[in-house]
Amino acid sequence: MTQVKDIEFKDDDFTFAHETNEKIIDKTYNTSSYAKDVWSHFIKNKGAVIGAVIIILIVIMAIVGPHLTGHTYKSIIIEHASLTPRIPFLENFGLFDGTFHGKNIYVEKGFQDIYYWFGADTQGRDIFTRVWEGTRISLIIAVTAVLIDIFVGMVYGLISGYFGGKIDMVMQRIAEILNGIPTLVIVTLLGLVLPRGIASIIFALMITGWIGMSRIARAQVLKLKEQEFILASKTLGAKNFAIIFKDILPNIFGQIIIMSMFSIPNAIFTEAFLSFVGLGVPAPMASLGSLISEGYKSMTIYPHMMMSAIIVLALLMLSLNLFADGLRDAFDPKMKQM
Amino acid sequence: MSKYILKRILISLATLFVILFVLFLMLEFMPGSPFNDEKLTEAQRILLNAKYGLDQPFFVRFFNYAGNMLKGDFGVSYVINKNFAVTSMVVDRFFVTIRIGLQAMILGSIVGLVLGIIAAIKHNTWVDTLCSVISIIGVSVPSYVFALALAYYVGFKMGLFPILYNPAIPEQSSVLPTIALSLFTIANVARFTRSEMIDVLGSDYVQLAQSKGIKEWKLIIKHALRNTLIPIITVMGPLLVGLLTGSMVVEKIFGIPGLGSLMVLAIQNNDYNVVIACAFIYSALYIFTMLIVDILYGVIDPRIRVAKKGA
Repeated sequence: MTQVKDIEFKDDDFTFAHETNEKIIDKTYNTSSYAKDVWSHFIKNKGAVIGAVIIILIVIMAIVGPHLTGHTYKSIIIEHASLTPRIPFLENFGLFDGTFHGKNIYVEKGFQDIYYWFGADTQGRDIFTRVWEGTRISLIIAVTAVLIDIFVGMVYGLISGYFGGKIDMVMQRIAEILNGIPTLVIVTLLGLVLPRGIASIIFALMITGWIGMSRIARAQVLKLKEQEFILASKTLGAKNFAIIFKDILPNIFGQIIIMSMFSIPNAIFTEAFLSFVGLGVPAPMASLGSLISEGYKSMTIYPHMMMSAIIVLALLMLSLNLFADGLRDAFDPKMKQM
Repeated sequence: MSKYILKRILISLATLFVILFVLFLMLEFMPGSPFNDEKLTEAQRILLNAKYGLDQPFFVRFFNYAGNMLKGDFGVSYVINKNFAVTSMVVDRFFVTIRIGLQAMILGSIVGLVLGIIAAIKHNTWVDTLCSVISIIGVSVPSYVFALALAYYVGFKMGLFPILYNPAIPEQSSVLPTIALSLFTIANVARFTRSEMIDVLGSDYVQLAQSKGIKEWKLIIKHALRNTLIPIITVMGPLLVGLLTGSMVVEKIFGIPGLGSLMVLAIQNNDYNVVIACAFIYSALYIFTMLIVDILYGVIDPRIRVAKKGA
């Protein structure tokens, strides 16, 4: 019998299977974080990505656009009234060269060095500057209104859903009654009573906008408040408001963001509607809606006055909707069919 | 079920009451009084106030006012048609608006349903993509942009239909406004129908019917469509709102003598009584339709009926 202790191990008896200390990563079943999941879902959706890019471009133009031409949104040059679009470089190809009914008015009136990229309106204001200024104001109104909606709606919904019982009953009946009043009526009535301006429009949008938000918040709270982590929090002695705002709120944020992305185009649309019926921002201020309603008056003679604002509005609405759709699918693939 | 209906009716009445109160408050706090003729002396003014009940306490005035509104007595116009009863201004216009709204609703629902069904049958083909593109454009672009585009290209450039509403030929005149208004409905109904239809087509009972060898169109119409229709009723409420908002602008663009264009005109002229009358009619119409939609939904879908009973 050979004795075990006689066996001696030498250095070269064993070799490393791997030369460096590399890690073995399971590529097939690797886990990914929630944010990464959302991102990869979102990136796959071509429409949503295109929407996001267009939104970013429009936002950038809304910031820098009004400063590009040297005109301001309210400077009136009456001799330049109703000039058609003329863009350098493109005019050499017969596009946007300032012709109107076969005649080049720029040449005729002796404005060889003057360019209005989107044309000028009936008072000789630069439409390019006004369109981006208007986009900026429309966006400011929509985003502010939706932020306030989120705040009010979330607080209302959270409180109503969390406390339940009689409080919920009363709060829900109030919301139902308010919801029965058509937004259109509230918004026009407020528009009549309040002084015209951005703040009034935001207020009018806010009055009805929060109800949808509060519903989502409430539904989520009802679902969450029975779960164990809330019970644990309660057992540890957390106060009601701490539970609502520290435990429940972070969990419903995804839903709220999705909802608000759908609300922004709605707010822009309502603002445009208000401007169109004559309750929008006062002149010379511009918003997309007021530009369209101004341009519409001379639609058959000078279609260019309305076109640029309409195109920007339509693009903005379209890409916001595409973006919101993509965001919803990315956050919660289950909701896709809804 | 009857408890559910009763609850809905009570809420609708409460809403109507709130609207009346808001409208009344507006009148109360509006600058000026109906008798702001400078020739009136103080004594005459008191007499006039007494005659029209303006010296009564707040709540008595409110109930008088609410009663008048519900009876359809909206007072007189101050600006547009001086001293002309608002009620008589409103009645004819009301039917014009209703007519175009209904036309748009019917056209929109039918076209939307057809588009949605086609998209669902041809799921994941180019037909489906085309339908989705149409519906997302319809949802995104405001109806007045469509109205302007239609008025400019079809009405002005091609001259197929009148740009401005002509009461002598209401059928032809209402073609463009109806199309412009219906696009929003088409887009929404198509979107909803598509996703519902895809769900229903994947369900067991449809597959059973399929395996029994029922023809495709018969399967769609007799078996799948029924269950698809139920959830679509829920979107009717929001669609109606879209129609109301759209009608105001579309009526203005095409110069239709309807309620919406009257309201816009009244807003621009600060003719409060007319604005309030229009707002009241719009609200009442909206509340009434929402009530019908809610009740219908409960009646049609047995699952909801049962659930509501349990609640």
